[in-house]
Amino acid sequence: MENNVKNILLAGVGGQGTLLASEVLSEVLMMAGHDVKKSEIHGMSQRGGSVTSHVRYGSRVYSPLIPEGKADILFGFELLETYRYLPMLRKGGAVVVNNLKIAPAPVASGLVEYPDDIPGKLAAAVADTTLVDGMELALEAGNYRTVNTVLLGALSNRMEIEEQMWIEALKKLVPERFLEENLKAFALGRGVKAQDLTKATAIGS
Amino acid sequence: MEKAILSGNEAIARGAFEAGIRVASAYPGTPSTEILENVVNYPTIDASWAPNEKVALEVCIGASFGGARALATMKHVGLNVAADPLFTLSYIGVRGGLVLVVADDPEMHSSQDEQDSRNYAKFAKVPMLEPADSEEARLFTRLAFDISERFDTPVLLRSNTRISHGKSIVNLHDPVEGLPEPCIVRDPAKLVMLPANARRRHPLVEKRIVDLEAWACEQSFNRIEEGEGDVGIITAGISYQYAREIFPKAPLLKLGMVYPLPKDLIREFAARFKTLYVIEELDPFLEEAIRAMGISVIGKEIFPICGEFTPGRVEAAVTGKEPAAAYSCSEDLPGRPPNMCPGCSHRGVFYTLKQLGAFVTGDIGCYTLGALPPISAMDSCVCMGAGISNATGLAKVLPASERPKVVGVMGDSTFLHTGVNSLMDLVYNQSTATILILDNRATGMTGRQDNPSTGYTLMGDPTHVVDIEALCRSVGVKHVQVIDPYDIDLVREVLQTEMARPEPSVIIARRTCMLERRGGAERRPPLAVDPEKCVSCRACLKVGCPAIEWERTADGKGKAVINALLCVGCGLCQQTCKFDAMGESRGK
Repeated sequence: MENNVKNILLAGVGGQGTLLASEVLSEVLMMAGHDVKKSEIHGMSQRGGSVTSHVRYGSRVYSPLIPEGKADILFGFELLETYRYLPMLRKGGAVVVNNLKIAPAPVASGLVEYPDDIPGKLAAAVADTTLVDGMELALEAGNYRTVNTVLLGALSNRMEIEEQMWIEALKKLVPERFLEENLKAFALGRGVKAQDLTKATAIGS
Repeated sequence: MEKAILSGNEAIARGAFEAGIRVASAYPGTPSTEILENVVNYPTIDASWAPNEKVALEVCIGASFGGARALATMKHVGLNVAADPLFTLSYIGVRGGLVLVVADDPEMHSSQDEQDSRNYAKFAKVPMLEPADSEEARLFTRLAFDISERFDTPVLLRSNTRISHGKSIVNLHDPVEGLPEPCIVRDPAKLVMLPANARRRHPLVEKRIVDLEAWACEQSFNRIEEGEGDVGIITAGISYQYAREIFPKAPLLKLGMVYPLPKDLIREFAARFKTLYVIEELDPFLEEAIRAMGISVIGKEIFPICGEFTPGRVEAAVTGKEPAAAYSCSEDLPGRPPNMCPGCSHRGVFYTLKQLGAFVTGDIGCYTLGALPPISAMDSCVCMGAGISNATGLAKVLPASERPKVVGVMGDSTFLHTGVNSLMDLVYNQSTATILILDNRATGMTGRQDNPSTGYTLMGDPTHVVDIEALCRSVGVKHVQVIDPYDIDLVREVLQTEMARPEPSVIIARRTCMLERRGGAERRPPLAVDPEKCVSCRACLKVGCPAIEWERTADGKGKAVINALLCVGCGLCQQTCKFDAMGESRGK
């Protein structure tokens, strides 16, 4: 029923650069010859709230929203937001996640605790989980703001698209003066391989 | 042919450019805002922010009178404001093509209601097109101008959040050429809607609908997609995508024009099936019209009326069971509600209103977040402009002991949208509420757009700045003052004085939005908490600033810390701390 459509769900926090990442991802998928759709919410939810972006590609994409429980890759920019959207992932899907905590208001104001050990919980649930130290690599690339490009680099390992095409998409969408550090960030992200998580077991249904 | 991956809003702007529009006008409103922000990329078009949607549409009507094609855009609730000119425009028709884009917000991602704008098409008797992706958004916008001129009617184009903010691949075409040059043409029988003229126009409107209905049966935007099986589907717009996702092979009638309906085409399609689903988000608009034709369909008895569709919701409606999930989250995860930005000038004002026990009649904008915890200082929010007029009405009925508590709050852009009329009424009819205008020099929530008090146009040109103080005085408010919302003692003192005053007064709390585009917002060095002085009283948490975090300590009490990356040094927390624990960070 699904034909060959692939689904990537980006999850993060307003202001983290998920929008640019989903733009680059959509552009590269179009360059690779796919039909592409992407959907996200702007407006009120952007003010530091939880944000998602649905990216779908294949020979013909209908719904702009990923069907519930059918995401092939959960691409997370923040740990809690990634964990929140885990039910969107299909059985046998993969998680690529930034190892970063951003406290939401109820946590920051001391009302509740940030959930413990999300990387461990994700890895226990999904065997194919890649944890990326995005901030560290972004600083290595020369600017902490390139963290979204680092994460794209890590994601690119999971997709059958030539590296050169990613670089072309970045050249098209990243302003000239930030290009060099973003290309470096992409290369550093691409160097991140899936951890040895053989001890983890997938929880299926 | 060049291809691009565009949002629906970008594609609508592209379609309008291809159609040769000369004028575009709008009031910003999610999810429609980016249409005009993209129209600006085409220098042949005069694009502008109007103070409200009614003005935007009337500007476009004027351009149409001159023979130019014009585009008005707004969100669904904006059409309520623009409904007055729309209904009469339906009788007048057009000279230059006129298209009104209305963007609905099913699920209310950023809105106060989820009204279904298709009802306006039927109510105002004007045709409505509904695209299902960005390519159709471009094509239908372009086509809408042809329909407008061919049938002498304004045309509605209905988008929604998923169309406007979703991206898909678009084929770019060249703009049309050879459109006539604008000029004056007098035609009072058509343009002056005196009763005698309007009586002659009304039958033409009725005939127009009949003509459109017949014509629409032959058009490719209403199409049958053949398939397998004995269940037929009738759908339109975004719902088409969900229908196709769940029924990839079913025979389907996809409607590109949702009003008037191509009745013969519907009859022809329906006759082939025993079971017919009508799949449409929000109201049973198509369903009721099709049932009225004597055709039996399955619709809202299984598909939800409330909220937006998703593939899972459509599937669940059809199969009666929720789609299976491979993973579940048993933990109760902390939510992540939106919040005012660090340094937001609204925060301290709401904090103070809460302390003073004010009953706040609010309005639409970022400041509506003042209703959320921990501040929770807004008591009502209806629509733009209502912050003042609700206060007027409430003050009329309250006993003298409670009347001083009423404070009407709105932003600069909303004040100029419709609030100024409400203020006129407050003074004219001698009510007594205190009005607070949160003037942050931007239309913040929709993305910091300009408005008549910012000094810039949508095109980026410097322009006259509306003097809000003088405007308030000119409608008769005797007590008008401007204060800095960062100075909490002053905010409290002024509010107390004005709330006690048995006369209308306006307090303008003025400070530039932290996100303002031209770098006008003041950023001060970040503050830090002296852990020696912090007594863990949590008073600073009551301001709800994202830059203040609560850190666990060994004694279990915890202490406040300030995130230096987020803090802009507004000093609000400093003013709430009785122990002087917040100060400029030294070192690091």
